Amino acid sequence: MSSITLRGIRKVYGKDVIIPDLNLVIEDGSFTVLVGPSGCGKSTTLRMIAGLEKPTAGEILIDDENVVDTDPGKRGIAMVFQNYALYPTMTVRDNIEFGLKNKRVPKAERDRLIAEVCEIVGLTPYLSRKPSALSGGQRQRVALARAMVKNPKVFLMDEPLSNLDAKLRAQMRVELIELHKRLGTTFIYVTHDQVEAMSMGDNIVLMDKGVIMQRSSPKEMYHDPQNAYTAQFIGTPPMNILTQMVPGAWVGFRPEKVTLAPAEDAALTIPGRVITREQLGAEYQYSVDTAYGKLMVKTEEEAQERCLLRVRRRHLYVFDTDGSRAPLTPELLDRLAALPREEVQP
Amino acid sequence: MESRLNHPGRLAAAVISALCKVLVICIIAYPFIWMVFTSFKPYAETTVYPPTLLPRQWTTEGYAKALEMVDVWGFLKNSLVVSLSVLALQYLIIIPAAYAFARCKFRGKGFFFGIVLMGFMIPQQVTFVPVYLMFSKAGILQSFWPQILPFIANAFGIFLLRQYFMQIPEEIIEAARLDDASEPMIILKIMIPMARTAIFTIGLLSFISSWNSYFWPLIMTTKDTFRTLPIGVAMLNSQEGGRLWHVLMAGNMFLVVPILAVYLIANKQIRKAFAYSGIK
Repeated sequence: MSSITLRGIRKVYGKDVIIPDLNLVIEDGSFTVLVGPSGCGKSTTLRMIAGLEKPTAGEILIDDENVVDTDPGKRGIAMVFQNYALYPTMTVRDNIEFGLKNKRVPKAERDRLIAEVCEIVGLTPYLSRKPSALSGGQRQRVALARAMVKNPKVFLMDEPLSNLDAKLRAQMRVELIELHKRLGTTFIYVTHDQVEAMSMGDNIVLMDKGVIMQRSSPKEMYHDPQNAYTAQFIGTPPMNILTQMVPGAWVGFRPEKVTLAPAEDAALTIPGRVITREQLGAEYQYSVDTAYGKLMVKTEEEAQERCLLRVRRRHLYVFDTDGSRAPLTPELLDRLAALPREEVQP
Repeated sequence: MESRLNHPGRLAAAVISALCKVLVICIIAYPFIWMVFTSFKPYAETTVYPPTLLPRQWTTEGYAKALEMVDVWGFLKNSLVVSLSVLALQYLIIIPAAYAFARCKFRGKGFFFGIVLMGFMIPQQVTFVPVYLMFSKAGILQSFWPQILPFIANAFGIFLLRQYFMQIPEEIIEAARLDDASEPMIILKIMIPMARTAIFTIGLLSFISSWNSYFWPLIMTTKDTFRTLPIGVAMLNSQEGGRLWHVLMAGNMFLVVPILAVYLIANKQIRKAFAYSGIK
């Protein structure tokens, strides 16, 4: 169990600045998810913690010890790769044992550790098989077992579930959460999937172009985004942000917080015309054309072709024109209330 | 397969393709088959006109004569010493070199690899004089070394194995580094097992090439004690009188059978080696 501190990390490939200046503390025992679009630097960050990449500048501290010049194998970390990276010519047992042998763990101890770990991940019947004779889910478990058996201070996971089918992914998600609870070790998990991030992490770091956009709990990520980028990254479909509605401010609201039925306390009412309707089980997802652009609405209500989108005050978000979060002032509320509520016929 | 052949055009194509293959096999195998049969003929039968394929009278006279004329077993032993030494020693050079060219970052990598490839393109006939002089200066001409040392850094082998190593996913090596494996451990436990078909192919090609080599041992040796079998067989040819075809062919059999045996034993491995099986 260990905390990790990244201090002034900079990573440059040739002329491309991947990470300009990253500062991050990952608490001991947390399940931290690094999330962001591809190319945002999340994997690079993880690989630098692992020691597979060297930062151009800055310090990486594991338990207050700078490990920038320490070999990956000596950092007390374990990593699970997206494509599992199992040793194809070795059996499951040899795969798990390889790291222990390199660390010169005695044979009896190795046998005990392997038995223990395989029991946890349910691999005991497959120990003598080669990875090629295993299913995707089983391979994933071998990769996990190989990481666990080393009893690392930190687990690093680089999109470990993205090669699995949807059902197995959901199952492995739960298992990883359980595993984290059971081991109590620091987990750092990289994904581009916001659903994975929100459901697994107790601590989410959202990155874009090598910069941390927001770092908070999943709940805060959703309910209290610090900027328009976060607001639009988290949530499906993303938050509607109207940049043309009032001068000098962007107004946002989540598609699932729109009410179509008349509501006395609506702070914002927008007339619109339904373009498409998707049935999502209990809910519908509408794409609505309005004077401020195309908006998304997710609701259980049935919409007429012409409709009024109503948003309550507590569901409104305001951003400055640079994308950072701004307060919802009474003055702005008045301006929103004064907007035309009937569709202007062209 | 059946449905594929239902179409008349396709059936015709399949038949033509099969016939062509049979024809090619006949053309390629015919001299070989003739050699086998000739080696079992008595001398008189080898020179009859019109020539015959099958011996009317089977005899091992050719073999007995060959063994009598030159020290076949001695040459065979020399061939094995040279070929197996090259085989074993070249792995010591090829594997680390291929790994370094495929996986390590160092200054001048492209330049050095270019030099290796250039070595691959220069024919022996260009280098044999300087190489001979080098061995002469070193005073080891009277040994097997001039036949072994020049071949242990096999440029083609380095190139082939490098290509193979480059196809191995980087993550596997990274995983091994995270497992605290040293570079020699990564090579021994991960890379070599994964590239074993390529390593086998290189070994096979090198064995065949040193086994069949004629020019180099002829130039580099002056004493029969270090000469290999191809030279021994050639000696059968240069005896006085007419060519003893049955003896010559018997000598060739000593040369060919070991290679043939390797092919038969390692048949499956060889096919695997030439059909790259994906690593996942």
